[in-house]
Parts: sequence; C-alpha cells; structure tokens
Amino acid sequence: MSGGPVIVDSGGANISSLRFALGRIGCKAPLTADPGLITRASHVFLPGVGAAADAMRRLEERGLADLVRGLQQPVLGICLGMQLLYEYSAEDGGQACLGVVPGRVEKLVAAPDRPVPHMGWNLTSLAGDSPLFAGLPGAAHFYFVHSYAAPVSPDTIAVADYGGELTAAVGHGNFFGTQFHPERSGPAGARVLQNFLGL
Amino acid sequence: MRAGRVVKGVRFRDHRDMGGILELAGRYRDEGADELVFYDITASPGGRSVDRSWVTRVAELLDIPFCVAGGIRDLATAEGVLADGADKISINTPALEDPALIDQLARRFGSQCVVIGIDSRREPAGEGGGWQVASHTGDPDRTRYGRRATLDWVREVQDRGAGEIVLNCMDSDGVRNGYDIEQLAAVREACMVPLIASGGAGAPAHFVEVFHRARVDGALAATVFHSGQIPIPELKELLADNGIEVRR
Repeated sequence: MSGGPVIVDSGGANISSLRFALGRIGCKAPLTADPGLITRASHVFLPGVGAAADAMRRLEERGLADLVRGLQQPVLGICLGMQLLYEYSAEDGGQACLGVVPGRVEKLVAAPDRPVPHMGWNLTSLAGDSPLFAGLPGAAHFYFVHSYAAPVSPDTIAVADYGGELTAAVGHGNFFGTQFHPERSGPAGARVLQNFLGL
Repeated sequence: MRAGRVVKGVRFRDHRDMGGILELAGRYRDEGADELVFYDITASPGGRSVDRSWVTRVAELLDIPFCVAGGIRDLATAEGVLADGADKISINTPALEDPALIDQLARRFGSQCVVIGIDSRREPAGEGGGWQVASHTGDPDRTRYGRRATLDWVREVQDRGAGEIVLNCMDSDGVRNGYDIEQLAAVREACMVPLIASGGAGAPAHFVEVFHRARVDGALAATVFHSGQIPIPELKELLADNGIEVRR
C-alpha cells in the first residue's frame, strides 16, 4: 500500500460533503473508481446515499464489489455504505450486499411519533474500547438520515435508539461503518473521521 | 438572503442587512446550531433562480446539515444544489404552483432531502377559523394568500413525499412575541414527518414553550440569533434544564 486515503466513487452518490469534511481535517482523499488506486490506498471510504440495489449494481458494474470485499486496509462505510457491508438488505425487495460484516439490514418501522426516514441528531452510545471513538465521551450526538438499519449484533460498536436499538456504528476486522453521517455531525463526527484515518 | 448578504425582515417586509453568508454560517457552526436554512427570498418572486455559487463554499465550511431554499422549481436545479453539497432543498411557492414537483423530487432524491416550507397565516375574519397558505412571500407586492387551507396542504405534501415541514407562521414572524403555538399544535396533529417551527422567537422561554406545547422537532429562528440577543449555547443549556434533549 502506497497511496493515501481514497473515497470509492460508486456513482450517483452525493459525496461532496464527505470530501469537504476530510478537507477540514487536512485530508485530501480523491474520489475514484480506479481499482489500482483503491487497492493501494491507506484507508478506503465507502459513501453512499440512495438505494441498496442501485448502489450494489453500480459497484458490480465497475468491478468494485469483489475488490472491496478483498480489501485488507481500514474501510469505512458511511450510511448506505455501512449497510452495503452487511450480507443482505431488505431494501428494494431484498438485495444481497458485500457480506463482509455478518448480519442483515432491515426496514425501520414508522410510528405516529417516529417518522421514517429517521432524520436528525440522535444521542448515540459509543463503545469505549473502539479506536473509532477515542477521545469522545461515552455518548454523543450524531446526525442520521436513513430508512433502513442493522439490528444490534456482536459487531456493533455504537448504538442509537429509534423505536428500538439500532447499530449506529459497526466494526468487523478492518471493516468499519457508521449509520450516521460523521461529515455532518459537528466536532464529534470530525473526531470519528480523524480516528479512522489514524487506524 | 439577498445578493450574497443575509437579510431579515419583520413580517416579511423591510429587510435589514445582517452580515455575510460565510461569516454567519461559521459563527453558527461554532455556536452549536444544529442545522442551517438558507432562504433566497429574492428568487421566487422575480420568476428566476438563485445564484448558487455560495452553496459549495458553505458546504466546505459547515460540519452540520444545511438546507437551501428559494427558486428551486425543477429536478435539474435540485440536483445541482444537492451535488454542490446541500443536504436538503426546501420548496415553497413552486410546490404550490406544481404539487407534482414534490412527488418527483422525493422519488428522485428521497424524502429525506425534500423539505416543504409553508408560509401560513390566520384566515381573515369571516373566512373561517383556520389558517391559510401564502405564496411568493419574498416580495410583499406579489404575495398571494388563500389558495389552500394550511392543514390540507400539510397533509397533501406528506402524501406526496415531503420528508420535513418548516412551518413559518407569518403573523408572528419577526415580531419576537413567541411562536404561534396554537397553529403549530394544530399542524403537529396533522404532521407525521419532522416539523420545524418558524416565526416569532424573541426570548429563550419561547423555545422551551414551543417544544413543550407544540411538540415540534426543531425550532428555527433568525432575528434573535443574527443579532446575538440569544446566544445558542445558553439557549441549549436552558432547553436541557427543561428536559428537552439537545446536542451540546
């Protein structure tokens, strides 16, 4: 590995806010779909907004699905990018995902005082022993925008509550994911990005 | 905003210059605002679109979500604003003129990006006891009322895929006598998506009141923050002391 951090260009996703957030902490990560650049990168960001089926199709069309599965360096999936790390998402009638983190992503259930998408700041409990949360308190507010979520599992490293506990962040080997948007989560989010780059 | 500057009026008239966009955005980021909304009030009345060269600069600066409102009347414009780094777009007059635009935006970008701004006032005496929607509120000479009843419009925009509603209560806008609790509580009953109160904040207690009594998800204010009259950290402390969960 010789390159710096990169952002995987999975197409269609609005990633400028991630690029800007990395810029604010002094990290210039190119947006790329180039397999060589991604393979050589020190850290790989997998962003994503939109729907799981579209995102998986775009990764596969660009030959990136298998490539991401095989990465050995730290990988951070953000929002939909985190959901894609799991084996399966219930979105779009059911979609096989990258399968590098065990488990399935399910639809959030709306209630009269709990609209879906879950949108806004939510107090999130952080695993004290995860390097992703070094320097942060045991709980902090992060910004969420999502309609699907992963249930809490042994790989869960942060938990938020929205009509039940959900995985706010996950870590499995070199694969990490945040359901929240660190790039829009103020100083706490910047700290998560910085911690990831320190892995 | 008007011509690259932040302005604020009273009841939608007599706008005063409040500072540069980036300067204020940075200040609010540092003070702990949870989200910013940028309204280009000159856009819709002139029948033209916004100069959006500032959106990218704001996106570079902010580490909190922000929403752009004003003159977004088609998918291409919305796409451009989102690609420049805005998290949400807010539609007001164009949604009233072409409600199907809400469906199109929600299908294309997801409900989470689509905020509907509603300017609403009490119906004049003799026209019923409810509230009515106004359009073209950026220009007092072109403002139109009464096309729709507010509660009907609140229901319709949700059916069409709106992900959030900002209700700007015109009778209380800029007067700083408190949010329009009665109207907001009525809209809350009809609103299943996040509801943001706007118009009338004048004192810290007004924020406590609107969260407790109208059960809104967020409270928007301009004048009291622009002027520095209510510092956001102190406001958040007061809200927390009153049992309202806030990010600090």
